[in-house]
Amino acid sequence: MKFEDVKLETKQYSLYYGDFQALRNVDIQIPRNAITAIIGPSGCGKSTFLRTFNRMNDLISGVRVDGEVTIDNNSVFRMDPVELRYCVGMVFQRPNPFPKSIFDNVAYGPRSQGVRDRAELAEIVERSLRGAVVWDEVKDELNKSALALSGGQQQRLCIARALAVEPDVILMDEPASALDPVATLKIEELIQQLKKEYTIIIVTHNMQQAARASDYTAFFMMAEDRAGYLVEHGRTDQIFTNPQEEITERYITGRFG
Amino acid sequence: MSDGAAGPKTMTREDATFATLVRLAPSREDARPRRKVGLARRQLVQKAAFGLLWLSGIAAVAILLSVVGYVVVQGAKVLNWEFLTTPPAGGLSASDVGGMSTTIVSTVYLVFWTIVIAGPLGVMAAIYLVEYAEEMEGRTGLIPVLVSVVRFGVEILAGVPSIIFGLFGYALFVSATALGWSFSLRSAAVTGACLVLPVIIRASEEAIKAVPRSYREASLALGATKWQTAWKVVLPAAAPGIITGIVLSVGRVISETAVFFVTFGGTVRAPDSVFDLTSPGRSMALHVYYLAMETRAFDKAMGTGAVLILTIILINLLMNVVSRRLASKLKGR
Repeated sequence: MKFEDVKLETKQYSLYYGDFQALRNVDIQIPRNAITAIIGPSGCGKSTFLRTFNRMNDLISGVRVDGEVTIDNNSVFRMDPVELRYCVGMVFQRPNPFPKSIFDNVAYGPRSQGVRDRAELAEIVERSLRGAVVWDEVKDELNKSALALSGGQQQRLCIARALAVEPDVILMDEPASALDPVATLKIEELIQQLKKEYTIIIVTHNMQQAARASDYTAFFMMAEDRAGYLVEHGRTDQIFTNPQEEITERYITGRFG
Repeated sequence: MSDGAAGPKTMTREDATFATLVRLAPSREDARPRRKVGLARRQLVQKAAFGLLWLSGIAAVAILLSVVGYVVVQGAKVLNWEFLTTPPAGGLSASDVGGMSTTIVSTVYLVFWTIVIAGPLGVMAAIYLVEYAEEMEGRTGLIPVLVSVVRFGVEILAGVPSIIFGLFGYALFVSATALGWSFSLRSAAVTGACLVLPVIIRASEEAIKAVPRSYREASLALGATKWQTAWKVVLPAAAPGIITGIVLSVGRVISETAVFFVTFGGTVRAPDSVFDLTSPGRSMALHVYYLAMETRAFDKAMGTGAVLILTIILINLLMNVVSRRLASKLKGR
């Protein structure tokens, strides 16, 4: 699927772990300020694909890539990964706050970038916590350890922590899979609000979540050699009601995977 | 669930379900034949084995307690405030004159410099080995080879007898043919640092390895550099383990004799200050050796030994408190 306002794009992108090919020739455009869900069976390379955009795969030794990946038409591979990660934030599968106070967690990104002014940090922390709809719950205990919060609060704190860096893109790797249904719903509402200002890619195993929370859906599968590839990409309602490929239909109706 | 003792007993749904379950359960006749043979014997072996384990535990504790207890009880005879605050007289007899004050001072100076040198060096080396070198594994080139050499070296160093470190320190620092620092605080401190370096590196390495990968990923994903991640996230989270390593090293320096026998000298006079690096001195453990072997003042040797043991116990208790505090702070309690 082609878009007018493209934020992220991959062209013939492949990734290898040593000799094993994990992704094959992925061509996709991710539109600006919209939510794109990535679905597919376990092991099809969804998470690996997501981690392409902030180059977290660099941390794994033996990873090799092919093809091109761009953000605003600039190659991510030619950017400094630290600088790239200012523009591309990430929220992980399990809430992973640092063993620090709530304030220090959110202030971590700006501090790393050199913001020292206490008032400015306080302002960023409040704005980010409000943005992640967790401010009202924690505003009186910003000095409390983040680990004392509930799982759902921790995950929203992690989203606030990502927002504090003021990225354009937020990558979410199954952000609600470790949470209960109420917390999950809160996260989904939050994602809807965030799309006004951010380009969001969310990897999910949950079909309902993809159907209700995303604008566009990309379906990944693995080939016989277990390399992941993009099967189909389109508007979420179209993918879920009228998929072009039979294999997509079989997956979303739960007949495999 | 039940209404208590009062009232007639009626059959609730739960009771009915339970009754059904009981009926459905296999009766004794249908039950599969169980292996009963040897059960009594196995129980007996179990009891015997646990009895043996219990005895071993008691024996170990008893042996340790009797060593510590003997020294402390014997040492208590000479232990008083005056003994702690007067310098050794250096005479041959076990007379009343002379204490151990200068050896306490020398030990403190020695511990200070050893840790100042080996602490930062060891922690930095551990960070390098875990955070930077690990990703080199499986690659070819000079750095990966260097890293495995360093790691192998640390393991070997940890097992080298301390007198070998002493010999090395003597040859390199003390002896006039090399650096010519003679017997001095600096010779002893640098050699002592070499001795405890592997202890600090290994303890720190284990502690740093135990820091969850998710912390590192979160930090890097926020645009922090590897160094910022190591310094601001990994190191604080590993602090309890690192402190344990450093305290173990303090204990090692306090109790070590062989190394300081050939590098620190043995003068009863302590260095003038902690910065008086060129003066020789005598640590508490060395003092015990001199008292027992040279001047035959066994009562004073016991007294000094008692102070040594109590210091070690105190340091370990302190370490437990500090690292437990840190750990619970990290867990957010």
